[in-house]
Amino acid sequence: MSRSSMWGAIGGIVRRDLLLAMRRRSDAAMSVFFLVIVVSLFPLGVGPEPAVLRTIGPGVLWVAALLACLLSLARVFTADYVDGTLEQMVLVPQPLAVLVVGKVFAHWVISGLPIVLLSPLLGLQFGLSGESLGVLVMSLLLGTPALSMIGAIGAALVLGVRGSGLLVALLVLPLYVPVLIFGAGAVTSSMAGIGGEANLSLLGACLVLSLFLAPWATGAALRIALE
Amino acid sequence: MSTGINWAKYSSPQALYPLAGRLIPWFSVAAVALMGVGLYMGFFVAPTDFQQGESYRIIFVHVPAAWMSMFLYVVMAVWAGIGLGLNARPSFMMAQAIAPTGAMFTFLALLTGAMWGKPTWGAWWVWDARLTSELILLFQYAGVMLLRTSIDDVRRADRSSAVFALVGVVNVPIIYFSVQWWNTLHQGASVSMSTGSKMAATMLTAMLLMTLAFWMYSIAIILSRVRCIMAERESLPAWEEKPVTIQKIAEAR
Repeated sequence: MSRSSMWGAIGGIVRRDLLLAMRRRSDAAMSVFFLVIVVSLFPLGVGPEPAVLRTIGPGVLWVAALLACLLSLARVFTADYVDGTLEQMVLVPQPLAVLVVGKVFAHWVISGLPIVLLSPLLGLQFGLSGESLGVLVMSLLLGTPALSMIGAIGAALVLGVRGSGLLVALLVLPLYVPVLIFGAGAVTSSMAGIGGEANLSLLGACLVLSLFLAPWATGAALRIALE
Repeated sequence: MSTGINWAKYSSPQALYPLAGRLIPWFSVAAVALMGVGLYMGFFVAPTDFQQGESYRIIFVHVPAAWMSMFLYVVMAVWAGIGLGLNARPSFMMAQAIAPTGAMFTFLALLTGAMWGKPTWGAWWVWDARLTSELILLFQYAGVMLLRTSIDDVRRADRSSAVFALVGVVNVPIIYFSVQWWNTLHQGASVSMSTGSKMAATMLTAMLLMTLAFWMYSIAIILSRVRCIMAERESLPAWEEKPVTIQKIAEAR
């Protein structure tokens, strides 16, 4: 398999998925609105005390980002599974794992990137300072692709299974724990003055590991689902 | 094969079913005997801990249960991997049979941990690294079992839950270390076993006996569950031993 045809396959899938998303913009907007609403509910529940909000801010933002990623997971494969496109993708000469990378990247651009771009605004609501906002953006930039990668395994496993919406949450949320810990930890430690570099490095390690392993597991799960 | 035993024979349910039936009584008896001796040593022979008093005795159940919970997850993942690699049905059945026992030990470890934590730490639950990763292990067992029950097609249920079990086995150590680092960042180290007094020899013996007892129990219960799974999947297995009652009736005539 030549290298150019692999990149061609990834590029083709990304272009197609982005085009489909652009034709239905409300889908992508929904997970962002979900994030904003969930984050705004916390001050209403906990109370408007600035010191408390600043303490829980990183955790709340990260948990909300995690849930927003989770809710958009159904979009990665379901439509292609229903209309039969996925079966054609399995038959393509390029390895399935490569195609999965393309699909997950497109999913991240649609649902992960808006979260990253919006996060400084939400961070301001919780009284995060300038430097912590930068760390927050960095942590989400490293963390949300890992969330999409890991989530794709769950999304592929529950394809066409009854009650798949809840089931994917039960499968994927425990797997998200390390990313959540390092992501929220980076922001918290930068606020405490120790700097978020250590946690950001670990987050990067999570991303690399998930990039390396998750496509294979997702590909295996897709083949099982399509048998 | 040099041992003279054709192990591949047992990769068919027909051969495994009677073998499991023959082994179950032995492991059951061993489990009961070892548990009896282990519990007696733990509760009556082992000396009272000079720091924790009598409440420490729960560790004779707690520590072996925690060991088993992690060990069984790995064993389940290994069977799942063998099943995926060799496409062998009994391997998937073994993985399916292990999951509930592993989840039970995880729950037991959490429960006894809480019972030990209340008198020792003064709280039923603390967000200690070991407790938290044990809790997430319980979630993963639940995920494996729920994924299986949600899929009606047996073949897909087998293979999908096997993939998830393998993903989980990569994730468990990462979770353990991440929680540990998270914990040290947030709060000082809690009371840990390693800083406590050195273990008396009788304590160690009791704990090892209990671990062996839990092993025997697990093997016995997993083999009987695998028999149930086989009977269920084949609805009425042709290799099932003839029901005793029919033989008795025939002899009576």
